[in-house]
Amino acid sequence: MSQLTEIRWHARAGQGAVTAAKLVADTALMQGAYIQAMPEYGPERNGAPLKAYTRVCSEPIEVHNTITNPAIVIVLDETLLDTVDVTEGLLPGGTVILNSEMSLACARERLGVANDVTVAVVDASKIALETIGRNVPNTPIVGALSKVTGLVPVDAVKQRLTIMFGKKFSQEMIDANLASVDRAYKEVELA
Amino acid sequence: MKLITPNIEDFNSWTVDQMPTGFVMPGGLSEHYITGGWRSMRPVWNAEACTNCMLCWISCPDSSIIVQDGKMVGIDYDHCKGCGVCVHECRFGCLELIREDQADAAKEA
Amino acid sequence: MSTEIKAFSATGNQMVAEAMRQAEPDVMAAYPITPQTTIVESFAKFVADGRVHTEYVTVESEHSALSACVGASAAGARVATATASQGLALMWEELHITAGMRLPIVMANANRALAAPINIHCDHSDIMGARDTGWIIMFAETAQEAYDNTVVSFKVAEDARVQLPVLTTLDGFTTSHAMERCEMEDDDTVRAFVGDYVAAHPLLDTDNPVGCGSYALGDCYMKTHLACRRANTGALSVIEEYGKAWEAICGRPFNVVDTWGTEDADYVVVVLGSAAGNARHIARELCAQGRRVGVVRPKVFRPFPAAAVAAACKTAKAVAVMDRSDSIGAAHGPLGAEVISALHEAGLTMPVKNYIFGLGGQDLTNELMTSIFDTLEDVAAGTASPALSYLGFEE
Repeated sequence: MSQLTEIRWHARAGQGAVTAAKLVADTALMQGAYIQAMPEYGPERNGAPLKAYTRVCSEPIEVHNTITNPAIVIVLDETLLDTVDVTEGLLPGGTVILNSEMSLACARERLGVANDVTVAVVDASKIALETIGRNVPNTPIVGALSKVTGLVPVDAVKQRLTIMFGKKFSQEMIDANLASVDRAYKEVELA
Repeated sequence: MKLITPNIEDFNSWTVDQMPTGFVMPGGLSEHYITGGWRSMRPVWNAEACTNCMLCWISCPDSSIIVQDGKMVGIDYDHCKGCGVCVHECRFGCLELIREDQADAAKEA
Repeated sequence: MSTEIKAFSATGNQMVAEAMRQAEPDVMAAYPITPQTTIVESFAKFVADGRVHTEYVTVESEHSALSACVGASAAGARVATATASQGLALMWEELHITAGMRLPIVMANANRALAAPINIHCDHSDIMGARDTGWIIMFAETAQEAYDNTVVSFKVAEDARVQLPVLTTLDGFTTSHAMERCEMEDDDTVRAFVGDYVAAHPLLDTDNPVGCGSYALGDCYMKTHLACRRANTGALSVIEEYGKAWEAICGRPFNVVDTWGTEDADYVVVVLGSAAGNARHIARELCAQGRRVGVVRPKVFRPFPAAAVAAACKTAKAVAVMDRSDSIGAAHGPLGAEVISALHEAGLTMPVKNYIFGLGGQDLTNELMTSIFDTLEDVAAGTASPALSYLGFEE
């Protein structure tokens, strides 16, 4: 039987959710998986809530639709919790990773998820500000995803990130992004 | 590559397979298509008054002003439709438009 | 292991742009429109970077884009372009001219809805507007297939037995913009496969002058159309021939009609493009539960592979045809009418339920897809109407 993992990303336009969705897919592909990564299509408006999707599978992926029952939900902006039902359709025993400075207990309460759901919190914005110098929580949160789910090894994420950013950014910027991945990998808390 | 077609005069009887792909036809076919019979008025040229300014040649929509070695030598009545543009353009009054039936009558007389 | 080394991630549009670069057109005249833009944008970059030696003509509209392509193709050039939606609609008169003049232009279309209301998302309303023009029309399911189809398109279009333009289409956003695992062959392999294009009677051959696009009346006009019809119908075997030749090179299957589970299926779904993946995804689940269901996906819509589609439906007690565009005022959508006609010709009389789905990017959820297979059982039992319905909006 094929092993299909579906991730839904919640973010605001400009936070790099689509880049993160593609980074995870690309990393998984390097490990031999079949992948899909796509934004929820529409006009890009900075700050508007958006969704993005990543599928990772051991077999070719045939389905072409949005992800309504994700195993993993990643929230890049905690203010979305006020307006978006981020856990809608989350599979039993699923995982939610939240970029926030709130405590695990507080996060679990805000999300209102069942006991079998894994909740993880990482202050990816703080990590991004301290390493990259801008509030771009997308790369650190992939480090947290690696730690929490084991879907992709953190070293592979960093290897892929280096290739992906290699053409566009300075070595200093790449190093800062790699450092943000490492820190989020270490600092993410889960229960 | 030269485009080979069956006898061009009989193009209406070509089979579907004989039709050139995309109806690409040999060049210059309009020469065989005699449109002079459409004329009700005929331009008549006065060779002696002509200055060979070529205004009629450049204006004729049917390329019916015959020119050899830079000089006008006549009108191609096989293709001239008698529109009269050449007569209108001539600055020297050496082209005149007459009725086709009177031209025929003049010829017969 | 070798496939893992070859595999990389790309969107459908990137893959089409790569295939076009590898085929090295002499001329591309194009105008950008969502969701096709990244094809011509990528191609323009290939030209700017010197990675392909194509005369890239920027024009002021799609009408001009295809007009310029027509001129270049009549002059003897290999020509490619791309468009979508309103852009394809604006090309309408040139679509007929291109096919009528038998110019082997390859054009990608990122299938998208037509206004009004304005909508940038996927459906097949745009491409179905081109179905009666004489163009060959192919539908890709995936980004990978968009690449393979585009490579094969050049070969088919330029073959002396065909000499027709080809629309190589992919579903807007769903396939054009989603990143998927892909493979591509190296430039030399594609160039060797596609070969050089030598036009039989180019306008620029001044030693052998020809007239293109001339006036034709009565019999000549009818005969020219009949020749076009024969070339289009006959292209099916040429597509198959080159598709199989490409399959032998790249190792990826190329079938004019893709079938899954149809050998003994009780219920069959016929659908074009990316949605076929959704149908198979659900069909696999249902088969695992012991139900006998199948999926038929014509890769080629023009010429329509009627016999193969009918053959794939022959064991079915009921057939569902999923149309991603409507033919308003007709009893069936474009694919529905085609399939019913094919079944009739084959003497098959099972009930056929025609669904209109996914207009303007409406998501084809797994629940909706499952409901089609469920309803088919009721249609076969006579407890549900086979009349056309809009999926998710049944009353």
